[in-house]
Amino acid sequence: MSFPIALTINGQRRAINLDDPRVTLLDLLRERLHLTGSKKGCDRGQCGACTVLVNGRRINSCLALAVSLDGAEVLTIEGLAENGTLHPLQAAFIEHDGFQCGFCTPGQIMSAVGLIHEGDAGDDPERIREAMSGNLCRCGAYRGITEAVIEAQKNMPSRMNGGAA
Amino acid sequence: MNRFEYIRPASVAEAVAAASEPGATYLGAGTNLLDLMKGGITKPTRLVDTTHLPGLDRIERLEGGAVRIGALVRNTDLAYDQEFSKTFPSVAEAVLAGASAQLRNAATTAGNLMQRTRCAYFYDPASACNKREPGAGCDALHGANRTSAVVGWSEHCVATHPSDLCVPLVALDAVVEIDGKAGRREVPLEAFHRLPGDEPQRETVLEPGDLIVAVRLPVEAAAFAARSRYVKIRERTSYAFALVSVAAALHLEGDRVAEARVALGGVALKPWRAREAEAILDGAAPDEASYRKAADAALAAAKPSGDNAFKIELARRLIVRALTLAAAGTPERVPALPASVFQAAQGSAIHA
Repeated sequence: MSFPIALTINGQRRAINLDDPRVTLLDLLRERLHLTGSKKGCDRGQCGACTVLVNGRRINSCLALAVSLDGAEVLTIEGLAENGTLHPLQAAFIEHDGFQCGFCTPGQIMSAVGLIHEGDAGDDPERIREAMSGNLCRCGAYRGITEAVIEAQKNMPSRMNGGAA
Repeated sequence: MNRFEYIRPASVAEAVAAASEPGATYLGAGTNLLDLMKGGITKPTRLVDTTHLPGLDRIERLEGGAVRIGALVRNTDLAYDQEFSKTFPSVAEAVLAGASAQLRNAATTAGNLMQRTRCAYFYDPASACNKREPGAGCDALHGANRTSAVVGWSEHCVATHPSDLCVPLVALDAVVEIDGKAGRREVPLEAFHRLPGDEPQRETVLEPGDLIVAVRLPVEAAAFAARSRYVKIRERTSYAFALVSVAAALHLEGDRVAEARVALGGVALKPWRAREAEAILDGAAPDEASYRKAADAALAAAKPSGDNAFKIELARRLIVRALTLAAAGTPERVPALPASVFQAAQGSAIHA
């Protein structure tokens, strides 16, 4: 049995025939659509490496069944840069050493895009740390990540705040 | 993960019919269910997807002032709904004290009520667990059980219910609206979850096919808006389940408590309403002596289920703290660290 679904991924509408309802959004992205930017860390919603935006909101793609998201808009790390220009958050992560090994980085950045879109944390480092607590970084780059979020927020036009997908 | 049949019903009636079959379960966001299925803890043969059902994602103010939270209202949408969070601030604070932003964006109201215990022995297929396999025994009873229940437990199960949201909801007399084969019915949230007894596998009063369609807060719950808090002790500052949590709400008249509400999380297999504490507070002076008496009453029947006697004293102290904070008044904005017992000095960081 197949499950036809439609998703808009990074602005592009895709008709997808799932052969198995067990496929998570993360596995769909990585294994079937070859968008391997989103990472599989724990695969259980604990580490945040798989964070993407669905309908403008950050979620753990490892805990979402793709078949259930029929009709959704998905934004992944691959869809963030525009015409080869880094998104302000990507640039700020580099500027502020917001990573070391880089494995958690796509999830951190997508989570930060969602955070800024939510608009609740402002430039309060405590609120930013709290709002980023669903993303673990084993290299411990948290300080740079917080700085990068504060910096990027200043440079982001509202059209880039997560509603792009 | 086992194979399953995926069904996407177009109406509540279709959903109830599809989920009445043996082995069927409802799918909300799946943030707990998929985790359990990946671990082989639950193996439903049919998932009935509720997330496309129309009309269940609204927060409605009903005639008379009650507020109805649709089953599919996402945690984030509930906590950040300005009118809702102003009217029921302890509910908003509890939601924001739970899980992570990603999970709150996905997780639904009904799913929060239906989430399973986080007992490590329930999650470990190599351990005996009466919840997972009735009659198998309870390895938590003589295991690493410092987080286990201190009230309402039995020798068959010492697990706790992990919800934050349910704690203020039960304090505020929330009602669960359920659709099922026999039509619509309502159950007070306080009576929705079962204590383990000798059937810990039966976790709620739901029958096969029963679907939560909404959770309702009565108009009386709004009377506590000015003095309501949720406070949560956990083993790290953020993104952790409660060791013990307390929802406290006060309605003061002059220098007396006109009405009090107290409920605890992390202490039992259900959100635990502390009516004995409320009875002591009614008419009492809103001071530490009253709060201590109330806390003693709330935990009078508590007993350790293992290496967790500390949770009883922790719960007493947290009740005093939550009532003290509630009496001081609901803060203008949910604190940077929601429900935290730590108070940040201006400009300083707590978990830097």
